[in-house]
Amino acid sequence: MIEYLVFSLLNGLLYGMLLFMLSSGLTLIFSMMGVLNFAHASFYMLGAYFAFQISTWVGFWPGLIIAPLLIGVVGALVERFGLRTVHKYGHVAELLFTVGLAFLIEEAVILIWGRNSADYRIPELLDKPLLTLWSTDFSMYRGFMLLIAVCMFVSLYLVLTRTRIGLIIQAALTHPEGVSALGHNVPAVFMLVFGGGCALAGMAGVIGGNYFITDPGMARMLGPIVFVVVVVGGMGSLTGAFVASLLLGAIQTFAVGLEYSLTDLFRLFGVSLSFQGGILKDLFRIQIAHTGPILPYLIMVLMLIFKPKGLMGTRES
Amino acid sequence: MSKTSSSKTWLSALALWGGAALFVALLPIPFRSGFMLSMLSEIGIVIIFALSYNMLLGQGGMLSFGHAVYFGLGGFITMHALNFVNDGVLPLPLELLPLVGGLGGLIFGIVFGYVSTRRAGTPFALISLGIGELIAASSLMLPSFFGGEEGISGDRMAEITLTPFGFGQQIEVYYLIGFWVLVSTGLMYLLTQTPLGRMANAVRDNPERTPFVGYNTHIVRTIQLSLAAFFAGIAGGLFAINYEIVTSEIVGAIPSANVLMMTYIGGIGFFFGPILGAILITLMELMLANITHAWILYYGLMFVAMILWAPGGLASLIMMHKPLVKGRVMSGVLKAYAIMAAPVIILFLGCMGLIEINYHLSLSIKPEDPMHLFGIEFYAQSLVPWAIFLALAFGGFFLFLKTRRIVIKAWQTAGNQLKKKESGS
Repeated sequence: MIEYLVFSLLNGLLYGMLLFMLSSGLTLIFSMMGVLNFAHASFYMLGAYFAFQISTWVGFWPGLIIAPLLIGVVGALVERFGLRTVHKYGHVAELLFTVGLAFLIEEAVILIWGRNSADYRIPELLDKPLLTLWSTDFSMYRGFMLLIAVCMFVSLYLVLTRTRIGLIIQAALTHPEGVSALGHNVPAVFMLVFGGGCALAGMAGVIGGNYFITDPGMARMLGPIVFVVVVVGGMGSLTGAFVASLLLGAIQTFAVGLEYSLTDLFRLFGVSLSFQGGILKDLFRIQIAHTGPILPYLIMVLMLIFKPKGLMGTRES
Repeated sequence: MSKTSSSKTWLSALALWGGAALFVALLPIPFRSGFMLSMLSEIGIVIIFALSYNMLLGQGGMLSFGHAVYFGLGGFITMHALNFVNDGVLPLPLELLPLVGGLGGLIFGIVFGYVSTRRAGTPFALISLGIGELIAASSLMLPSFFGGEEGISGDRMAEITLTPFGFGQQIEVYYLIGFWVLVSTGLMYLLTQTPLGRMANAVRDNPERTPFVGYNTHIVRTIQLSLAAFFAGIAGGLFAINYEIVTSEIVGAIPSANVLMMTYIGGIGFFFGPILGAILITLMELMLANITHAWILYYGLMFVAMILWAPGGLASLIMMHKPLVKGRVMSGVLKAYAIMAAPVIILFLGCMGLIEINYHLSLSIKPEDPMHLFGIEFYAQSLVPWAIFLALAFGGFFLFLKTRRIVIKAWQTAGNQLKKKESGS
């Protein structure tokens, strides 16, 4: 039991940190520009594919740095020539543009790399166990992912709180008009934040793509989960996004291991139920382990209905 | 005076709807093959679905990412009703079964609509996305309703019918769908003319002000969404009858995204826009999907191009020529379009060639084998086709930029002519 708890916690932490790398950029973009970037997970996918391509040419380690930078440039270009063009048509058009972009990036990935998953591997140097607790291995690559994620978190924190541009970004999170009125070049800040957020997502793709899987469906898998993080965390709150990421990571990893259903719950109180058929039978047979995919959406919908500000949000959108 | 003009509009409306009914009735005469009839049936279903989606996005200003929930649930409910009819539990003629799907859509629309429409914009979009994912994910958990992996199937040749049709043949199903398309389209059009339709527009344009004239934005949105869900349910019911099988995919994210994209491409600003989008995209899907892998890419490119350069969609592109046609100054613009057509075709040929070569390299089992394009056989690895298609693409683009000026100039002269005519008359 302790083994299960410790490893679920570690895996949940790992997944949560990856989610935070994705959602931190998305929260920044969403809060500043009011645009929910549907293509954000697509940049995660692009990061994985870029890193895969670079790793076939020059190896994993250069890709770790080059791929996120390239993604950042691509993101900045998308902001400059795509989003800014549709900005005049309003928020719905901006949202739809990112939806179309996500669609196009997925097709472009199929066009270039094919429909099958890419053979993007963990570098050999890290492909061994870091520590063995009880009888389960914790691989070195997982430790490396955790390290990168923590480094990103610390540097993001330092940039946002200790530098001038970070202060402007923080101010623009809550008062975009006010910052603009003070004479800062808000469009340039937008482009920077959009590019930076995309680079963070790309970085998550670089280290996540070979750990999970690199295929054209990876963006569609993760995309909606990232929205859940942003909604649950709340508008304009990086701390909220951090807490929500860890929470979701923990929920998803813990739920996988729990094989209890409503029938078991009733049995706990001495009531044993059996149904002939129909929806009730289905409902009472569902195990918590199977609800993993729907729990995040359930949380998001309930959050939006009852507490639209999110856990730590400062305002509604 | 006002009486004659109103009777005139009545007459023209009658002519329009009568013409539409006649068109639907006579369409199978030139298109009588089985493939054509299935295609027309599919188009009819999609038209109702797209029009119902536009009740949200176009008329109510609600961007939904989960409209297929109502379409799919309507389909499942109709399929269960059909099976009940065949078991003798439910005495209902087959022609009215889509209505059962519609009512199912309506009920779910009221429930989900009430909880999700307190605010429009991003929160609504996210709740619709979340509900869509919830229903899609739970469809595999509740196999008694959704039928698990293999879905629910039924036999549409029911005992009880209102018409002498037995619904064994596609043409009979086509006429059933045609009837429901006309009824639903007519009702949805009439809805835009009611106070509710007007208030939906008001809520879309200025949600802060509508409460001041005494309307509750939340209630207006809920009613609008429920009615849209009703028509989506009818479309889903027709889908169930047409294909005799409903699987859990139709409540998923892909049909939801599909209806959004085709409605937007058709144009959300005009009532007939979604009809154009539905026809165009369904035709593209059925014609191109067999020929090329790339059709989805073209579909996405079309969607993004519309967002960037023509946010009113096809309908607005057509309607912006209306004053020119009315003022009889179209000829110059048409000439300019004819000049621009050549570089556009060259540009398309170049891009299509490059896209097809890349798909051949990434998707075919043996990329070393020769590929076929426009009836020519060549190797994707050799440099010559690359050079030719690149030259076509760049040359076409360059000429396109040149001819674009001619079109802009033609528009300006046409506008000036129009002004002159107006001041002259």
